[in-house]
Amino acid sequence: MTITLYDFELSGNCYKLRLLMNILNVPYAIHPVDFFPGREHKADWFLRLNPFGQLPVLKDDDLVLSDSGAILAYLAKKYDTSGQWFPDDPAVTAEILRWHAVADDISATSSAARLALGYSYPFDIEKSQKGAHRIFRILDEHLWFGEKAGRDWLCAPAHPTTADIACFPYVMLSEEGGISRQDYPALRRWTDRVRRIPGFMVMSGIFPAGPAKT
Amino acid sequence: MPKAPDPITRDLWHVVAATDELKIGLIETTLLLDRRLAMTRGLDGEPVVWFATDEENGDDIDADSVLDRLPVKTAYGYTWTCLGTPSAELFPIPEFAEADRVNMSCGSIGIHVSAPRAVENFLDMGHFPYVHTDILGSEPHTEVKEYDVEVSEERDEVLATKCKFMQPRAAKSATQAMEVEYVYRVPHPFCSVLYKSCPEDESRRDVIGIFLQPMTEETCRAHLLQSMIDSTSTITDLRRFQQTIFGQDKPILENQYPKKLPLDPRAETPIRADKSAIAYRRWLSQKGITYGVIPQAS
Repeated sequence: MTITLYDFELSGNCYKLRLLMNILNVPYAIHPVDFFPGREHKADWFLRLNPFGQLPVLKDDDLVLSDSGAILAYLAKKYDTSGQWFPDDPAVTAEILRWHAVADDISATSSAARLALGYSYPFDIEKSQKGAHRIFRILDEHLWFGEKAGRDWLCAPAHPTTADIACFPYVMLSEEGGISRQDYPALRRWTDRVRRIPGFMVMSGIFPAGPAKT
Repeated sequence: MPKAPDPITRDLWHVVAATDELKIGLIETTLLLDRRLAMTRGLDGEPVVWFATDEENGDDIDADSVLDRLPVKTAYGYTWTCLGTPSAELFPIPEFAEADRVNMSCGSIGIHVSAPRAVENFLDMGHFPYVHTDILGSEPHTEVKEYDVEVSEERDEVLATKCKFMQPRAAKSATQAMEVEYVYRVPHPFCSVLYKSCPEDESRRDVIGIFLQPMTEETCRAHLLQSMIDSTSTITDLRRFQQTIFGQDKPILENQYPKKLPLDPRAETPIRADKSAIAYRRWLSQKGITYGVIPQAS
């Protein structure tokens, strides 16, 4: 197998895949795409890989896949020998896909605010920030009640799943979009737990967590 | 209502866009010194800049129809303008014209901090091992060795020389760790140019410029220039390397407090490694810059 990731370093959606492949110890090659300022994701050669003109794209031998959530599921099902990252249980599968959809909503709000402030995209900053806060409030409550019930992760299993990977990057990058996480303590504790998963790696803009209190 | 910029800042040339990234016949809007500007390029490829009224980003425009224009200069791949009376030539970067260099913009990135704070971060070597771990520095090689700083009267710029640092991966073209020598110039209150040993050719230096566009007193856009000696990497590779570095600096910069740069020597506690920053702050003070800084109490 030869995996190639079409990748932009500063993209949280690309980072999701780098992160999971690093955790699963799956070797891959990077094909850098000049998303900014070159807008290479709208170039003809890239649109032939993904007509939607979006990063990331992953090629596994001849198979070409796009959409970070779909690719996370693919990588887990194919390369995770533990079966934990995308379990077969129907209820857990539904739970994970639900949070993959939330991850897309986080991209549409938190990532949009970051693109507007940092990369001059013509998005509505205030509306994006408000939308992100609404999601973060719900996430924080979900995680707070989870902690009380002994659940550390977004989904029911006692270990992280692709749901946690999918939601993590644009929560962590929210401050670049002017969205503070100060009011979401349970959300912040969860980001620390994600950063302590064995095999965790950083991207530009995300720093490692300190050691856990014992 | 934001305060009017000081006269020195008002009369400076300010960077506003990478010229190639302005689309011919399309409007791009931006902010400079609290004023909204509109920009485009004419059919001849030349940039046109003016005070925006009701123009929106992405509107069509015929550049010839714009009569009330701001002064424009193109240099180093970028478009520069001035809101007052441009007094001086833009600072020189002679290396940019060398035929075998790969020159490129690396993106114009908005940062929630004042332009002078961003210049100062660019001058700092102390953060390399902690922020750019395994690229521009690594523990235990954290010492910033003694270096020289002067303010060149003749060129009116801050100059830091003999800056040495052990770097695991000094550039895209680096294949092993090396002790790198830096020269920093601050030839403009909101611009800095750095020269560093080139892994590919010992006799020459890679040039990296950071040109800050002060949007408001507490926000700016960083326009990054690379002028490299690198015969193997693609532009995409070289941009990626620089963006990786800059992406690491961004959250650090945005967490600085206060966002304006304090010029009072007692406001923050410098260490020996901050010699260039001290010279830079003093130089800004002497020039009478008050935009984006907290001036020294008189």
